[in-house]
Amino acid sequence: MTTKWFGERVQRVEDDRLLRGHGRFTDDIDDGALESCLVRSPYAHARITSIDVAAARALPGVVAVYVAADLPFGNIDLPILIPHPNLTHGRTQRCLASEVVRYAGEAVAFVVAESRNIAEDAADVVRVDYEPLPVVITPEAGAAAKHLVHDDVPGNVAAQMLQEVGDVDRAMAAAPHRKKLHFRFERGAACPMEGRAVWARWSESERKLTVYDSTQSPTSIRGGLSVLFGLPESNVEVIAPDVGGGFGPKIMLFYPDELLVPFAAMQLGRPVKWTEDRQEHFTAVNQERGQVHEVEVGFDEMGRLLALSDDFIHDAGAYTPYGIILPIITAAQVPGPYRVPNYRVQFRAVYTNATPTSPYRGAGRPHACFAMERTLDSIAKEVGIDRAEIRRRNFIQPDQFPYHLGVAWQDGNSVVYDSGNYPALLEKALAMLGPRPAGDHIGMGLGVYVEGTGVGPYEGAHVQVLVSGKVVAATGIPSQGQAHATVFAQVVADELGVEVADVEVTGGDTRRFPWGVGTFASRGAVTAGNAMAVSARMVADKAKLIAGEQLEVDPADLELVGGRVRVKGSPDRGISLAAIAVLANPVRYAFGGGTEAATQFASKRRPGPPLADGEQPGLEAIGYYSPPGSTWASGCHAAYVRVDPMTFRLEVLKYVVVHDCGRLINPFVVEGQIEGGVAQGIGGAFYERLAYDAEGQLRNASFMEYLIPYSTEVPEIEIGHIETPSPLNPLGVKGAGEAGVIPVGAVIGSAIEDALGVPITEMPLSPLKLFELSRPQPGRV
Amino acid sequence: MKVNGSLHAPPLDPRRLLSDHLRHDLGLTGTHVGCEHGVCGCCTVLLDGEPVRSCLMLAVQAEGHEVSTVEGLAAAGAPLHPVQQAFHECQGLQCGFCTPGFLMSVVGLLAQHPDPTPEQVEEAIAGNLCRCTGYASIRRAVHRAAELSGK
Repeated sequence: MTTKWFGERVQRVEDDRLLRGHGRFTDDIDDGALESCLVRSPYAHARITSIDVAAARALPGVVAVYVAADLPFGNIDLPILIPHPNLTHGRTQRCLASEVVRYAGEAVAFVVAESRNIAEDAADVVRVDYEPLPVVITPEAGAAAKHLVHDDVPGNVAAQMLQEVGDVDRAMAAAPHRKKLHFRFERGAACPMEGRAVWARWSESERKLTVYDSTQSPTSIRGGLSVLFGLPESNVEVIAPDVGGGFGPKIMLFYPDELLVPFAAMQLGRPVKWTEDRQEHFTAVNQERGQVHEVEVGFDEMGRLLALSDDFIHDAGAYTPYGIILPIITAAQVPGPYRVPNYRVQFRAVYTNATPTSPYRGAGRPHACFAMERTLDSIAKEVGIDRAEIRRRNFIQPDQFPYHLGVAWQDGNSVVYDSGNYPALLEKALAMLGPRPAGDHIGMGLGVYVEGTGVGPYEGAHVQVLVSGKVVAATGIPSQGQAHATVFAQVVADELGVEVADVEVTGGDTRRFPWGVGTFASRGAVTAGNAMAVSARMVADKAKLIAGEQLEVDPADLELVGGRVRVKGSPDRGISLAAIAVLANPVRYAFGGGTEAATQFASKRRPGPPLADGEQPGLEAIGYYSPPGSTWASGCHAAYVRVDPMTFRLEVLKYVVVHDCGRLINPFVVEGQIEGGVAQGIGGAFYERLAYDAEGQLRNASFMEYLIPYSTEVPEIEIGHIETPSPLNPLGVKGAGEAGVIPVGAVIGSAIEDALGVPITEMPLSPLKLFELSRPQPGRV
Repeated sequence: MKVNGSLHAPPLDPRRLLSDHLRHDLGLTGTHVGCEHGVCGCCTVLLDGEPVRSCLMLAVQAEGHEVSTVEGLAAAGAPLHPVQQAFHECQGLQCGFCTPGFLMSVVGLLAQHPDPTPEQVEEAIAGNLCRCTGYASIRRAVHRAAELSGK
């Protein structure tokens, strides 16, 4: 293996097509497809008393209108993706609601027509009568349970969980100082620029279902569709073509359209497509971030943590399709990079009449980080030390790895940090941040975090050297912009001694690679990246074996360099990978491209049968990588922020990030991930709030009112790297996708508190919120 | 109407949006639709050289005008347009969905201001949303595009 490509700032190979307007997103696919539209509930909680689709069915151009009773799977509850013993009252929606709707936007009927306009016109005349029911909308209201979201779920509690390491009560009682803090987080939305879309075609003659889906997990969708439609997996192909951003919520099993579109295509014998509009994206796509935390902390005179307890409510939304992964992550990530000798965390995941929740970039971590970091800031103030110093005094030290946290992780194991150097992160960030700029109303913010990345169970890859010498590689996971085709090509190119330009990577197409899990949890580089390395190494070994026979050299004395397998120390003695690819497939019929060399009358024949026992044709391999545990990335963000005392406009004067995701495959790509993550974090900290009213209506379901940042809101971001390789995987890498977003709320909150002197205990903030906090309050001195 | 230099008949359906007409009637799917209410800028095209939202126009309104889309920036097989090249060099894109809109906004900017100030860059792209890059790389790309265009 060479290291010509690993670690280099290789430019993205996927750009050309996208820049020329030749990307292929799901809605770009047509092929005579019928178009469709969902009828959605306008009520957040209501009993359906009748549905009348006659007028819709009668409209010219309407091909079909489906309600629950029309679906063979209409009366089954959709799956709970990740069951958990503590999820005692898990509930999922049905594909189309027929009795009770539990959030505004829940699907009720599905219209298929010759055009989208007709489908929308028909959806307008589907008559659904509702009897409104009382609405439960905030986490606190969910927990108070004055009304129930599900009749059969007492207290609206889907799950509760209590974990304790050490003896918190005893340590708290003995602590010289104690503090109680309250933190509140409201919902936000991922808002990828491409909404969701599904296109499906059924071939009756081949009994084959082909589905294009803007999903983060085509392999799982394929598995689910094959079960539901009673087809062998080999008769179902699911392709995530170019996907215009994902950030978490594009992974589900299933959104109703993911069943309805293939079902309609099978029923109607014509391709069917569905493309979401932005308004329905706001209400029908999973959201996140609603939590309320009650923290109590005990510490000594030096500011050292002695005990910490966090009791929080997690707003699950109307259903729990994604189990309780989010609060489990929050619970595990509160201690962050700090030693907490006695830690107790408990949560209740409660139902509310709002869109269901599932991971959105950061996935439970921004809340955990905010709670811990703001707690430390508060202790620093009380003890009278600066905010960097309190972190120094509490960091887990570089010689303490592997570090066992003692609480549960999202992969079913217990949290173990594999490696890291938190003090180095902080010192480097402080050095990069430099002195405080002159001026008034300027605050400094600081946040340090860890991130469990690269969760299993596994990913795989297929790597093949073609007879042209070019290499194709495929994995099950799709890209939503993370440059998989570039970074995986770098990994494969190094293993095979070829150029990045010679490696073509396909992801997210079950025709090319049918097994795998998905792109989420900052896991692509760790799982699929290592699977690429494993597979490419198998190919390299096979190439050496064949070349060894041809050259009559021990394979151990061979190396792969420059597209050839050559003898170490005698670079002139070698054979091209293209020629080995030919020899790897014994043939009867020569088809050009050098294949005559592999026929039975070739000049140099191998002894024995053309394929030896256990040997497979082709210079290719399929390999898998299954991580033993998560890799724990980490980072420190620091910023100077100015708050206008009149308008409360936020100006980020300087923002620095020091990041450690183990060995960097491509710093250029990682920096892009971080910059984008910080921008989302800034949105989540100050601009983006899903504003539900008391009736459960989302009042800002458009980009005019839900303010995702433009360029004008996002500063330049200075990025530094440190690398503590992960000992857990061959490449030594950790995930990087979510890192940028995690501590931003804590950093901005810390900076604003420093600038204005008002306590910041919630996210998102806004100019209005700062105005309210800054007004003289009754009782406040 | 003229699209990327060729004449096309207007659509039969008068309520066809220009964005839908380009995408679904003419097959120019490089113009993307991100919000359909004129905020995200993904659907930006040039109308007689000026950046406009193709989702806020009916196709019939473009009659008698010249529409330029991302597909017209560089001919098939030809090198990338300087703005495209600059976005590539600076990683001004990740998922690529908002990219055509940004490219057209920037082409419009550079036609007016071949050597834009940072403020002019900010103003020109302040109507385009990107959820992946965090914009810093896009701002770098615009300045790089000016440099490449000047060569």
